[in-house]
Amino acid sequence: MELIRRAHAEGKKPDLQAIVDAIPYCKFLGIDIDRKGTELTTILRFSQKLIGNPVLPALHGGVVGAFLEVTAVIQLMLEAESEDLPKPVDIGIDYLRSGKPVDTYARAIVTKHGRRVCNVRAEAWQDEHTRPIAALHGHFLIRPRETATP
Amino acid sequence: MSDLPPTAPEHKAGFVLSNVPHAAALQLMIVEVRAGEAVCKVPYAEHLIGNPDTRVIHGGVITALLDNACGVAVGSKTLLMGQIATLDLRIDYMKAATPGEDIFAFAECYKVTKNIAFARGVAYHTDRSDPIATCAAAFMLGTKSQRGANVSGAGGK
Repeated sequence: MELIRRAHAEGKKPDLQAIVDAIPYCKFLGIDIDRKGTELTTILRFSQKLIGNPVLPALHGGVVGAFLEVTAVIQLMLEAESEDLPKPVDIGIDYLRSGKPVDTYARAIVTKHGRRVCNVRAEAWQDEHTRPIAALHGHFLIRPRETATP
Repeated sequence: MSDLPPTAPEHKAGFVLSNVPHAAALQLMIVEVRAGEAVCKVPYAEHLIGNPDTRVIHGGVITALLDNACGVAVGSKTLLMGQIATLDLRIDYMKAATPGEDIFAFAECYKVTKNIAFARGVAYHTDRSDPIATCAAAFMLGTKSQRGANVSGAGGK
């Protein structure tokens, strides 16, 4: 991604909020980042278009999954020196509670940082951190910066 | 998911699940439904792009599409539309979607037990044997929704 390469070229860390803002799908979902040093929380601003079950009402499972995936990718952007946006290889999502029509928060942990593949876990919650609504674990491909020079 | 009648010929033409707000926002269409099988589609759209350089659709769209297709497949087999909840969903991404092309998902519900239904699905452009992603999902059956139609916006769990 151009933004990332430019930041690396200037010897800076990429601006995560700028990256999220540059991704149309993240803007469509309404994802914001709250960064305090190395601690990162993503926020999914509630809007009516995120509803999957209008009767309950509850967030769409795909929205919650996508939000966790974005959270994992952003955490990787912070920790891994990838030339490009990390690519998901596989993800598994456990749905733990139905998502209420309010803002949702998520955090991710990189459990293994390999040279090409990283393992990431992420959890999403709403009003109580200890009552997660969904959890993700996944593998992501990164493109390490060094490989450019043989 | 929604109150979808099980099998009807007009579904072949494709229709948007307009009473599911997120499906409507994605323009997610049901192309075909048979008992235990469903084909859904998300048309390519600018606001679904996940990488502005390559203009490839975000993986999250495929997650939503596969989840929805599996849900419709389970609903069409169990006739429990609106009373099912995704327990877990595993997605394997095989290749990036091609920019500009619509994405289809075929899902089948291959086992129903007393409490749980199992489904698998595949996302593709034109050929199911050349998948963009595959998925396996488990759904809880008979969850409250219509029955427990919540009194107010307090939401249920």
